Amino acid sequence: MMDGMRVALMVTCVNDALYPGTGRAVVEVLTRLGVDVDFPDAQTCCGQPMVNTGYLDEAVPVVRTFVSAFEGYDAVVTPSGSCAGSARHQHRLVAERSGDRALGAAVGELGPRVYELSEFLVDVLGVTDVGASFPHRVTYHPTCHSLRLLGVGDRPRRLLEGVRGLTLVDLPAAEECCGFGGTFAMKNADVSVAMGADKARHVRETEAVVLVAGDSSCLTHIGGVLSRERSGVRVMHLAEVLAATDPS
Amino acid sequence: MTATFVGMPAFPAAARAALADSQLRRNLTHATHTIRDRRARVVGEVPDWEDLRQAGADLKDATLSRLDEHLVRLEESLTASGAVVHWARDAAEACRIVADVAKAHGAAEVVKVKSMATQEIGLNEALAAEGIAAWETDLAELIVQLGDDLPSHILVPAIHRNRAEIRQIFRERMAAAGRPAPEDLTDDPAELANAARLHLREKFLRAKVGVSGANFAVADTGTLVVVESEGNGRMCLTLPEVLVSVVGIEKVVPTFADLDVFLRLLPRSSTGERMNPYTSMWQGVTPGDGPQEVHVVMLDNGRTRALAARVGRQALRCIRCSACLNVCPVYERVGGHAYGSVYPGPIGAILNPLLRGVGTDDQVDSLPYASTLCGACYEVCPVKIDIPAVLVDLRAQVVDAHRGARLPTPEALAMRAAARTLSDSRRLGRAERLAGRVGGWLPRLASLPGPGRRWTSARDVPEPPAESFRAWWRRTRS
Repeated sequence: MMDGMRVALMVTCVNDALYPGTGRAVVEVLTRLGVDVDFPDAQTCCGQPMVNTGYLDEAVPVVRTFVSAFEGYDAVVTPSGSCAGSARHQHRLVAERSGDRALGAAVGELGPRVYELSEFLVDVLGVTDVGASFPHRVTYHPTCHSLRLLGVGDRPRRLLEGVRGLTLVDLPAAEECCGFGGTFAMKNADVSVAMGADKARHVRETEAVVLVAGDSSCLTHIGGVLSRERSGVRVMHLAEVLAATDPS
Repeated sequence: MTATFVGMPAFPAAARAALADSQLRRNLTHATHTIRDRRARVVGEVPDWEDLRQAGADLKDATLSRLDEHLVRLEESLTASGAVVHWARDAAEACRIVADVAKAHGAAEVVKVKSMATQEIGLNEALAAEGIAAWETDLAELIVQLGDDLPSHILVPAIHRNRAEIRQIFRERMAAAGRPAPEDLTDDPAELANAARLHLREKFLRAKVGVSGANFAVADTGTLVVVESEGNGRMCLTLPEVLVSVVGIEKVVPTFADLDVFLRLLPRSSTGERMNPYTSMWQGVTPGDGPQEVHVVMLDNGRTRALAARVGRQALRCIRCSACLNVCPVYERVGGHAYGSVYPGPIGAILNPLLRGVGTDDQVDSLPYASTLCGACYEVCPVKIDIPAVLVDLRAQVVDAHRGARLPTPEALAMRAAARTLSDSRRLGRAERLAGRVGGWLPRLASLPGPGRRWTSARDVPEPPAESFRAWWRRTRS
């Protein structure tokens, strides 16, 4: 399946600017699995911050940039359920808004080739053991867009269960939103923080030392609350755990 | 009831105030989780639930696409069965029609079946202004009415009250409205319900005019349907001499057989029951049995506006089950009052802007943003309303409505700047290098200035790294 397949990393704007370690971890895992991944330098952002706040006109040039950066690839892998969801489900709206039929056709063709990391590993590469070792007590938060917009199901869990030494503890009320919600976190900061505080409480109840999720933006929010609470719990992206080869 | 939602602040301010009420949060968490779990259990029993949802959505869409024809057919069937059909363009027209019917019979009071449409049009206040008392007979609506309060949930309008509060309301307020509560009333649910039964009984027996809504209106047969749990509805629909039903035009279904789908979807989604205790169906007037004068007020009040909305029209599929409220993490924390409408929660966040239009009222415009777009509402909706998609569409409409403004908001300016930076990787790379240098000078950012404070008031911010991913890739790969 991988023969001659051109694979691009869509690192996402959040990871590019704030969490380069997450992008490096994706490269590490894919390289370990024999994938020659490319990083098209023309990439920027999926446009979701604009679309979800209602700024469709502003999203048009961002989506154009997205398409021209990635359209030459067979598969686009991204460590974000939310950004994959944006490319697969929202770019159509932006293209319609632009009135540009060529853009509409391009996003229609590109969308299905965009994979969230766990989808790419499990569905395209067919692996659940990526050769990682991480001997720690971990809990996993399924982010809303990976769970409900993409339907990644138990793929991330299966990947975590394949990590040597890792103890996976169930997170209470795992499927409840953490309260980030993009600009919701600022527009309705009080509700956002109330939801984040409840999520953080559930994380502490697990007595895990690391909270793992597949979206850095949600982790920024939950991690921000956990850090302010001096909880001692670290947050890590799924990719970082899958890249780890800690001695047990 | 004199309380009204008029003049409510926009969602963020109302939500902030609600969050501070710890009793409210306890009541809501307990109640929403109880109904949520019960729903999940009974929905899980139905192997073809997803097919049923799709059938419900398809039926509603097909009906809405030929709404004009179905409404004319409904009017013919209703008229043939002896009902008088009225058409109301808006709330004022609908209230006027109901008041005129009551006055024609010299009624100083009416008894009411729980009805969202009559709440929506503010019927109780309109009738009070004409000197007519409208008595709510649903237990929760009675609690809200006696407490001079506002409903905070579609199905359970007093969900924000616990039984100790209900006992207090009954003890203090029942006497002024009729039969007083027993002196020794405790907060035992059975005792509270019995106090309400005794209080309401005299109203049922005395009232000449009943007022209802309808869950469904069958075009072919002229059948109106009310689905309820307590039996108060059955009393109001059968005892009075005159019955007026206010029915949203989207409640029409083409044939009696279509009820099959909805009567299976609704109770499981709404109360978490396999079947609701009372389903009343009637066709106009039956001589010698029940009300001998029957009026049906078909209500638009913004529904045709919603029907014209390409993405938003799916909201008219709504059967008012409240499953989206019970599962919504935002609703759970702030309750219904923060939405400033009788339609709260996720469905309210789309229905209010769709019915009333965006761009003229800040409170309405704030509602599409009262969501994290987590999608839990869409997952449980029995008629598959894609609430997150409608929210995003409405957000775009809100933004577009203000595009012509002479002074763009800071948010609009920020989005323009972001679009410029994010549509060119060279510009983005320069911004990242700048952020890396600035981030290096600063210690851990405990408190950001300006709007950033909304983040840092309760959340730490990550330190910007010295090197972006882009820079790392360039340094190591090329």
